[in-house]
Amino acid sequence: MSPADSMGRRDPVWLRALLIAVAVLFLGVFLFLPLLTVFLEAFRKGVSAYFASFNDPAARSAIVLTLVSAGIAVPCNLMFGLFASWAIAKFEFKGKSILITLIDLPFAVSPVISGLIYVLLFGMQGWFGPWLMAHHLQIIFAVPGIVLATVFVTFPFVARELIPLMQEQDTDEEQAAISLGASGFQTFWRVTLPNVKWALLYGVILCNARAMGEYGAVSVVSGHIRGKTNTMPLHVEILYNEYNFVAAFSVASLLALLALATLAAKALLERRLQAAPSAVGLGAEDQLA
Amino acid sequence: MSMRLFRFKNHSVLPGFGLTLGITVLYLSLIVLIPLSALFLKTATTTWAQFWGTITDPRAVASYRLTFGTSLVGALVNAIFGFVVAWTLVRYRFPGRRILDAAVDLPFALPTAVSGIALTALYAKTGWIGRWFDLWGIQTAFSPLGVAIAQTFIGLPFVVRTLQPAIQDLDAGMEEAAATLGAGRFQTFSRVILPFLLPAMLTGASMAFARALGEYGSVVFISGNMPMRTEISSLLIVAKLEQFDYAGATAIAVVLLVASFALMLSINLVQWWFSNRLGREAA
Repeated sequence: MSPADSMGRRDPVWLRALLIAVAVLFLGVFLFLPLLTVFLEAFRKGVSAYFASFNDPAARSAIVLTLVSAGIAVPCNLMFGLFASWAIAKFEFKGKSILITLIDLPFAVSPVISGLIYVLLFGMQGWFGPWLMAHHLQIIFAVPGIVLATVFVTFPFVARELIPLMQEQDTDEEQAAISLGASGFQTFWRVTLPNVKWALLYGVILCNARAMGEYGAVSVVSGHIRGKTNTMPLHVEILYNEYNFVAAFSVASLLALLALATLAAKALLERRLQAAPSAVGLGAEDQLA
Repeated sequence: MSMRLFRFKNHSVLPGFGLTLGITVLYLSLIVLIPLSALFLKTATTTWAQFWGTITDPRAVASYRLTFGTSLVGALVNAIFGFVVAWTLVRYRFPGRRILDAAVDLPFALPTAVSGIALTALYAKTGWIGRWFDLWGIQTAFSPLGVAIAQTFIGLPFVVRTLQPAIQDLDAGMEEAAATLGAGRFQTFSRVILPFLLPAMLTGASMAFARALGEYGSVVFISGNMPMRTEISSLLIVAKLEQFDYAGATAIAVVLLVASFALMLSINLVQWWFSNRLGREAA
């Protein structure tokens, strides 16, 4: 008998049944019903209406822009995560804990403010606004602003998965590789990276989900120009506000599928990472935004 | 921040310290630190009277009241039901447990605009849930209640995910001792289990609260966005930006940001205090 089942810890059957019922009901109402609603509303007028929603050029360009901005933001933050975790986990220096706190900072900033700060810098009345205008460059209400805001909100994801894991692993293997004549990059590529690959993938998946789904920050810097600066979440909003519900929920259903795929990948990776306990900071703190 | 802060403590044979740290600090400064400081620099360009006037404007105050109030309601609901969910997932084995466990993260994974329109469709007068409330004359979507529902949705994973490891770590001996000494299950729960889980519960609920304060996407659709009644502070920032009132938007943003930073700081202090106290009692 496992300790969890010992007499002193076992709840009576009626209590178990009651609590399970409450939990299932609560999660059912708060999680499953909204998810179900997305798909039901998307298919409300049939399969052909659903697929017709993606024939719209504006929908297509929104999908492309979402892929582009995630395609830039995720690799940038992936590279940053690798650099930051190498510096922080493999070396001792003063100010390390401050640095770790600062890396987490974007999670404590609300999405709208994450967009606002770039408007203050690059907007027409912003600090660099006049200069940008004189050089015919546009960041706000254009693609670069969307990418910047996306990079900001997804900034800590990869770094915060890698740093604790790499701090736990000592540097013996790397030191051995170096003393046997491997270059720094070879050591990283052949020794360090294989040790952290699952945590890295985990961070990338979470980073990507947020990058493709970000709404608040992107909405502030985008200007909502249809076919030009609309990402998928922004396109959902526009369609919804035009009472084009089937199309709005159709595009939303793609994002919901992405979310489901993310959850599935996350669950699989967590099972794999359980072999190395505490390899991943599970859940909540990861996504404080 | 001067680079002198980052100094070698001991020399390592591993290469790349200067390069990787340099890139880290540079990228961090360009993407995060400099843009964030723009917020405070912008505030410095307005006079105190202007700033104070903006942040104490009745419309702004109404938005704080709504934002903080509904976030608090969401955090409390999550503290209670999140506990039931976490307890059930850790302690009981039943079919579908794994799926429920994975689904807890849905509010994180689902883009906020998607949850926003889905919740609105559910809670509108014609929606599956909204129509039942409507029978009783209760308006859910486009009312403060709707905002609180969205805040509850978005905060749910924080409480569950902080409580799960704490419930797992509960000392079996303590509960058994209580039972052996004649405590009923309820007494064991209220006197032994609950005090032990309180720090995690408090942390999770505060994180849910902090997240709800800044939440935008899942709230703006269901709230209806009526100034003075269902306008959250984040939306007020956007409204001011759309009128190119950068100073006004910044002032409200500073209030929100300071509130969430203060909350984060107090979460850390509470955790530190509890772990200190537990450490002393164990010693």
